[in-house]
Amino acid sequence: MEELDVLVRAAQQAIHEAEDLAGLDQIRVQYLGKKGVLTERLKKLGQLAAEDRRAAGQAINQAKGAVQAALLARKTVLQAVETSDRLASEAIDVTLPGRGQSIGGLHPITRTLQRIEAFFAQIGFRVEEGPEIEDDFHNFEALNIPESHPARAMHDTFYFDAGTVLRTHTSPVQIRVMQNQSPPLRVIAPGRVYRCDSDVTHTPMFHQVEGLLVDEQVSFADLKGVLEDFARYFFERDLDVRFRPSYFPFTEPSAEVDVACVICGGKGCRVCSRTGWLEVLGCGMVHPAVFGNVGIDPEEFTGYAFGMGVERLAMLRYGVNDLRLFFENDLRFLRQFR
Amino acid sequence: MKFSESWLREWVNPPISTQALADQLTMAGLEVDSIEPAGAEFTQVVVGHVVEIAPHPNAEKLRVCTVDVGGDAPVQIVCGAPNVHVGMKSPTALVGATLPGGLKIKRAKLRGVESVGMLCSSRELQLADDADGLMPLPPSSIPGMPLKQALKLDDRVIDIDLTPNRGDCLCIAGIAREVGVLNRMNPTSLPVVPVDAQCDVTFPVEIVAPEGCPRYAGRVIRGVDPAAATPTWMTERLRRAGIRSLGPLVDVTNYVMLELGQPMHAFDLARLSGGIVVRWARAGESLTLLDGTRLDLEPDVLIIADHTGPLAMAGIMGGEASGCDDGTRNVFLESAFFAPAAIIGKARRHGLHTESSHRFERGVDSEHQVRGLERATDLLVSIAGGEPGPVTVVEERGQLPSHQPIRLRSTRVERLLGLRLEGQVVEDILRRLDLEVEPGVGEWQVIPPSFRFDISMEDDLIEEVGRVHGYGALPSRRPLVGLGIGERTEADLAPHRVKSLLVDRGFHEVITYSFVSPELQAALDPDQPPIPLANPISSDLSVMRTSLLPGLVSALQQNLARQQSRLRLFETGLVFRNTDDGLHQTAKLGALVCGDANGEQWGLAARPVDFYDLKGDLQALLDIGGRRDAFAFERADHPALHPGRSARILVDGGPVGWIGGLHPDVERRLDLGRSVYVLEVDLSAVMQARVPTFSELSRFPAIRRDLALLVDESVSSEQVLNCIREIDSDLIRDTRFFDVYRGPGVDAGLKSLAMGLIVQADSRTLTDEQVERLIQRVVEHLGARLGATLRK
Repeated sequence: MEELDVLVRAAQQAIHEAEDLAGLDQIRVQYLGKKGVLTERLKKLGQLAAEDRRAAGQAINQAKGAVQAALLARKTVLQAVETSDRLASEAIDVTLPGRGQSIGGLHPITRTLQRIEAFFAQIGFRVEEGPEIEDDFHNFEALNIPESHPARAMHDTFYFDAGTVLRTHTSPVQIRVMQNQSPPLRVIAPGRVYRCDSDVTHTPMFHQVEGLLVDEQVSFADLKGVLEDFARYFFERDLDVRFRPSYFPFTEPSAEVDVACVICGGKGCRVCSRTGWLEVLGCGMVHPAVFGNVGIDPEEFTGYAFGMGVERLAMLRYGVNDLRLFFENDLRFLRQFR
Repeated sequence: MKFSESWLREWVNPPISTQALADQLTMAGLEVDSIEPAGAEFTQVVVGHVVEIAPHPNAEKLRVCTVDVGGDAPVQIVCGAPNVHVGMKSPTALVGATLPGGLKIKRAKLRGVESVGMLCSSRELQLADDADGLMPLPPSSIPGMPLKQALKLDDRVIDIDLTPNRGDCLCIAGIAREVGVLNRMNPTSLPVVPVDAQCDVTFPVEIVAPEGCPRYAGRVIRGVDPAAATPTWMTERLRRAGIRSLGPLVDVTNYVMLELGQPMHAFDLARLSGGIVVRWARAGESLTLLDGTRLDLEPDVLIIADHTGPLAMAGIMGGEASGCDDGTRNVFLESAFFAPAAIIGKARRHGLHTESSHRFERGVDSEHQVRGLERATDLLVSIAGGEPGPVTVVEERGQLPSHQPIRLRSTRVERLLGLRLEGQVVEDILRRLDLEVEPGVGEWQVIPPSFRFDISMEDDLIEEVGRVHGYGALPSRRPLVGLGIGERTEADLAPHRVKSLLVDRGFHEVITYSFVSPELQAALDPDQPPIPLANPISSDLSVMRTSLLPGLVSALQQNLARQQSRLRLFETGLVFRNTDDGLHQTAKLGALVCGDANGEQWGLAARPVDFYDLKGDLQALLDIGGRRDAFAFERADHPALHPGRSARILVDGGPVGWIGGLHPDVERRLDLGRSVYVLEVDLSAVMQARVPTFSELSRFPAIRRDLALLVDESVSSEQVLNCIREIDSDLIRDTRFFDVYRGPGVDAGLKSLAMGLIVQADSRTLTDEQVERLIQRVVEHLGARLGATLRK
């Protein structure tokens, strides 16, 4: 029996010294394999006297158990070592950037237009578009701006010939919508407009969004409500909004809409010319002469119209301080809006 | 319109601050643009009285003046101004004074003579842009009085930005009227007393064009002194209104225009012959204006002529030959009413814009001509002397603006403003505005006054009611959600979806001008003549784009100049083409890529972007609409594109755009120095979507067979696919190319296309034999149609 103890100790020693799972398995085979030392002993039990067999068997099985336990313990240790070696060797620099195409961005004017459109879409306004090379009738005459009107001087119009212009505002879309559809109407018309003027605060092309609502019972109160809501939605704050009498040939009454300066909060700064107010919109009730020009009876229907400059809104919203940046398309500028 | 606040307050003086007054005007529609101090900042400048002048011992041009500045003893001041004289009163800066611009006055010695202070010119005090010599002050000025007090400089200049409908507010009287309405005060009305004729000289007036000039008033004033000095109070008011003093004749007419709104003109009587004739110009007539420009007159220009020819463009500008100058002794003053329609647009046509044309275009009070003339006579005689003759008035009353009664219904007021106003309130507002109001049942008959040209119908009156009541006091109603059903169908992609996809694939959206340089346009779309602007802003923005490529390429050039060499850009917008069947304005989508395919990064090998990168982006766009299969790409020649690397894009056989590399010649001409790939496609073509329809999922396994086909170089993958489609087997579910190979093992002129075929049936598992038979058919058909063989 002592011999068996020696055997077990030798096995345990070898197991302890095994450096990897393959070596450990060799030891397992050496002791417990088909021809392993302990397996052979068990096979030879039959040669013993019957009365010794039981005790010898127990002893061998005990020895086997001890070797198995040692094997298992060592295997656990070696597996843990191997896993940790593998993990160590497979470690990567997780701070390196991910692979593939990075995303681009929408132009800030489009971004602004989408926000404007989203507001009006929620309250049932559809988007309409119109031509940019426009005829004199739609751009001026139908909007109650005859040839001789002083307001024409303010428009700095680009011409192709006497009767064809680049639209100076998105208002001609109003006319096209009213000519082609019947009230009730709820549309906005975003788009490019053109004026023959170029300096620090003017670009020869810019964007407007026109709005038009025509129905049986539309009043100035509806116009005030929708634009007050719009201003607060757009600037995402509960700012003061004021309606100031103004003049457009195609609306009566007419108003300009000012919001409390979003830069200084109304205290007065350079951006608001120290007035505390920013002019953001022009609007009014559709002029009966305009209704007359498109065959809508002003006794049956009333309506409001408004127009806003998209660049101005984008500049105020994002703090852009130079209008011309919008059309230089410098990637360093564009990347700031993604 | 700029004006002095104190002048306005002389007419109407509500007990409110300047700022409150400005806010009131702004909120009534007379937008205040700015409020500036009436004079620049200076200190310790007083009225000085030159009591004695002695020559300077050491300088010929300097003089030593003894000046009474109100203190115990006069001070000695060395002065070089040529106009200094004994008895003169002039602004005097004392020692310690600070002048505008920061100059500090100290005790000084000038060429050895002590000087205690400085006599000032109006330029040094920034009271004028230029000056020759000291600024004279009225003889009645009190020595020692602070100049600010003497000139009433404790005043502000208010600038209002008037809308074109409010010509009636282009004068102090008009603004005062408006302020009176807002504050329920009656402005002081200026007592204009007719000036009796002191001689009987008249000059004949004839109106040939009464439709352009319904009333013309005039009067001769004999023996005026054109060298008389305009009093400081008048030059100061003119200055604060932004008008330079140019001698009493011009100053008085300008003053009356600012005060009452009636533009006037003074002719030198000696230069007129026969009589005044107001008529339309005749073909071939010309006129040299006061500013020296010579104009050829069109027959629709209203002129003032005498019996020899044109004297002035009526209501716009006088002529050089008949104007007043230093030698003028006898003047003929004109005060006329010109109809807005006769004046509008005529000044602008010739690049002119005058105080007079500005007012006549907008409308001048048609009842003010004689009043203006009397006021001007009174002022002129008191300043420059002279004997007025009797007033001549020629008029055709039938041509004067008529003001018909306008019906105003209280129901309409409520309907438009969204507010029910008491009848009394409405009436009160209209009456305060000087409108004649005749009440009826639930309505009024209203007659606007002669100075309002902007009130001709019911809604105009409602605007006045709303404006004076205050827009802020009108209610506002929250918008109700519309119940309209959206017009966009499932088969229309939302515009933002298309843009989002490109953005997600690394593109930046650009917005470029719709007008481009003709050279760039010609380089990129040479076959399409662009539409030129008649009045471009500059020669490099002078034609309308026929393609989005010029804008994209110029954005590329600008970015290359800023060391940005990898670009992925897109733009959407209209392009403009004139064709035989008219003008087309078509919405397009354009994109441009250049530089590295993926952008420099550690995990992907650098390689230049190529045709297939851009085509992949386009196909992804088609995939969002489920329409990839509706599009075909065919080799075709575009003058700006690489002939071997460009394709026409077709939908259902019809062309909708182009994709390809820029032609090397174009890259060289535009100095791009790199390969650039572009595409342009009709926006409507990529905005359509397929509405999905379900098809049954097969429960049986799919089998893949790979083929390596040897075909001629000229055979396109599209041809191979079309050929396979001709087999018309419902078992072939998908095809894919996974390699294109040329080189060893493949004869020159051939290429090896490796493709996989996915085969599946809906009702059974296919046997190897069935699959083999199908593949055999495919290979045979490819061989017959395209000469393809299997690569061994």
